[in-house]
Amino acid sequence: MRDTLLLRLGGESGTDNVVSAGDVLTLSIARSGYHVHTFRTYPAEIRGGPVMFQLRMGVRPVASLGDKLDALMAFNEEAWHLHRTALRSDGLLVYDPEAMAAPKEVEGRAYAIPLQKLAADLNLRKGKNLVGLGALAALFGFDVQELQATVREKFGKSRPEFVESNRIAVLAGYQWVHDSPPTERPERLNAPDPSADKQSVMSGNQAIVAGALAAGCRFFAGYPITPASDILEEMAKRLPALGGACFQTEDEISAIGSVVGASIAGVKAMTATSGPGFSLMQEMLGLATMAEVPLVVVDSQRAGPSTGMPTKMEQSDLNISLYGGHGDAPRIVLAARSVEDSFYQAMQAFYLSETFQMPVVLLTDQSLAHRTCTLAMPNPDLVPVVQRLRPPAGATEYKRYELTESGVSPMGIPGFDRTPFTSTGLEHDEYGAPNYTPEMHSAQLDKRGRKFEIAADALCGLEAPLGCMTFGVPEEEATIGVLTWGSTAGVVQEAVEGLAAEGHPVAALIPAVINPLPAERVLRFARHLKAIIVPEVNRGRQFAAWVKAHTELHTISLTKYGGLPFTPTEVRAKILECMTAAPPSTKQRRAGGSREVNSG
Amino acid sequence: MAEPQEPRARLTLTAKEYRSPVKPTWCPGCGDFGVLSAVYQAMAVLQLDPASTVVVSGIGCSSRLPFFVRSYGFQTAHGRVLPVATGIKMANPELTVIAVGGDGDGFSIGAGHLTHAVRRNPDITYIVMDNKVYGLTKGQTSPTSPVGFRTKSTPAGSADAPINPMAWVLASGVSFAARGFSGNPKQITDLVVQGVRHPGFAFVQVMSPCPTFNNTFDTWREKVAALPADHDADNWLQALAQAHREDAIPLGVYYRSTRQTLENHTHVTAHPLRGGEAPFDVRSLLLTYR
Repeated sequence: MRDTLLLRLGGESGTDNVVSAGDVLTLSIARSGYHVHTFRTYPAEIRGGPVMFQLRMGVRPVASLGDKLDALMAFNEEAWHLHRTALRSDGLLVYDPEAMAAPKEVEGRAYAIPLQKLAADLNLRKGKNLVGLGALAALFGFDVQELQATVREKFGKSRPEFVESNRIAVLAGYQWVHDSPPTERPERLNAPDPSADKQSVMSGNQAIVAGALAAGCRFFAGYPITPASDILEEMAKRLPALGGACFQTEDEISAIGSVVGASIAGVKAMTATSGPGFSLMQEMLGLATMAEVPLVVVDSQRAGPSTGMPTKMEQSDLNISLYGGHGDAPRIVLAARSVEDSFYQAMQAFYLSETFQMPVVLLTDQSLAHRTCTLAMPNPDLVPVVQRLRPPAGATEYKRYELTESGVSPMGIPGFDRTPFTSTGLEHDEYGAPNYTPEMHSAQLDKRGRKFEIAADALCGLEAPLGCMTFGVPEEEATIGVLTWGSTAGVVQEAVEGLAAEGHPVAALIPAVINPLPAERVLRFARHLKAIIVPEVNRGRQFAAWVKAHTELHTISLTKYGGLPFTPTEVRAKILECMTAAPPSTKQRRAGGSREVNSG
Repeated sequence: MAEPQEPRARLTLTAKEYRSPVKPTWCPGCGDFGVLSAVYQAMAVLQLDPASTVVVSGIGCSSRLPFFVRSYGFQTAHGRVLPVATGIKMANPELTVIAVGGDGDGFSIGAGHLTHAVRRNPDITYIVMDNKVYGLTKGQTSPTSPVGFRTKSTPAGSADAPINPMAWVLASGVSFAARGFSGNPKQITDLVVQGVRHPGFAFVQVMSPCPTFNNTFDTWREKVAALPADHDADNWLQALAQAHREDAIPLGVYYRSTRQTLENHTHVTAHPLRGGEAPFDVRSLLLTYR
């Protein structure tokens, strides 16, 4: 018996229905009381190309996608070739003998099930995924009744005529395994977590939508783009019932433009996109900075540049998030670290944008956006739901861009505040009228800068769950530190916690607020460390450079840039490598008493 | 947080009272002065509440107009007036939203938005001051400039055929389209009033000469003419034929029809400042993901 189990389904897009099978299996496993964590890759095309769905389940919360597969179900020969190296040396291959021959290298560990034939016998042209699910249930002892109920619920609505044959297809796979079991029965999971029965199963994108709605977002505009389209779709589904509005625009410029307009009219507003659309939005982000319009932009990163690899994961939009606009235009940038954190950071993004009247960028990426996870009920009360500062009722003398001490000046709303003003992307005086004098430009830049600096002061001490997460041994006992961001958090958590449990002096620090970076917090983390490793999924070491710019710390980069996330083993190996490396030869002292970490 | 919308003040505003303290920056003789005075007049005719009116613009000489009007205003980015205006209207349909801009702003850099704003049909009025030249950047060719138009950016003459904005919006399914001439502010006033009253997207093209870089005032004054007395504004084909006339620049309401507006279909019904929005507990939403 084991505490986690890692399965992967591989097949052809549009033919094998791998993702729909995976989603149903995920939900039924979660309903059985296990924790789940999924990862998927798919081609950018609708039909054709390899698609993969990976499901990791456990009796405790599952932080990452895991490493080697305990079992692979290959619907075709290509899937076997693509995923063979991911299978554990003692892992099980489940395959269809009509689709491929038994690979020699897994002799004794390959289990043939005539998936296609069993489905065809039932006259179910597309039923082999269900036969496969039934087989997996029998092999690993999943609750087949829960699986049946989930299949019926998810597929029964759209195709009621197939309810009965779907049921029989699952049973056919189940029965086949029962009648002709594999020579060696695969190891099964321990009993589920009884406290896990109230958990939700959500994707990162769904969690962002829930967080935004909880924060009071009532306007959304977007343009379809992978992997952000499902935020648009989810908003379109949810907003009307809440008295909100959602619409699909002609392009991303129009999406953020209408979000700027809705915000000016007093409604909390958001858009979501991916790299190419985010590039198009840069100009309007500058306008929102200049005119001090609160709004939230979600960038669900994918591999770039240009169209890149639309369905693949990368953390390479950090630089554009930080530096994308022209002029002096600081932006708050947050990065979601898990599905649960996607909820909190979406709430926090609205809190910050409304408080400081500026755009906030929330970063996620393909692996997290489409990751489904079980999560305990998040606590929405952790983030205050705020309304922006408005002029006092009855005010007559009113300066929209008054040079206040905090930089935040009251924002009148048309239709509600009787003190009209004109906002603009031009430099302006306190009333909003164009003004190009050196004094006013400096003063207004300082005003906008002050807001950002005060936000930095307010955020620098923020710890988990909204701020810095830490894992591993207590910081002062660590000699090796790992500093990462975004969706790589789960992998780092698993690697660091594993090593710490084995007695290694390793700790991790993972901020959510990337800009303003909590530099003092990072330096405190670094104080006793011999080395800091910065894993990130991009080639340009974007986060490491950002950290260095703010802390002067030398770090050791661990990069990966093939379109896939890290695995815990990769991070673990790098930590072990740094641990055995020669200790640093020079230890320079920083003015603040913090020690630079030598890359060794 | 629930704060009722203030009742509109009793208004007896004259056109002059819609003037803001900001003085226009346009060159002497600019056609946009005529448009601005017509906007003041139209606002007075409509008795628009300055606190519930938003004049939105893009970038260009004509896009400075919101600063000169006493109402809410927003000068956005170059070409982006219509997306922003649409967002304002969707968030609060009770606002009067007037979008303004020039031919470069609306027909070149913002061209991608015009067709879509037209087909969505939000209840906003879009006044385009068309001078067939880029004024603010000192005289380059524009999307409505004629072939052969010589400017510093087209010393050999422009090769590009001009856009026909009226035919374009008609082909996009506009629900109200009219044309005025800055030499006749009285008519512009009337067209803007009709445009604001029209339930849907109202396109008002104003021939508004640039005396500095493309002084067409005299030629246009000779060429403008009323639409034929028997012009039927319900007849789309007639409107299209008038849009293609070369012998004259017909002025007046080309076309008008009524169809569903964007806000009829979707808008923010529970404005947070209006109160009365449905209570929402995110926990109940989260429990549906199981």
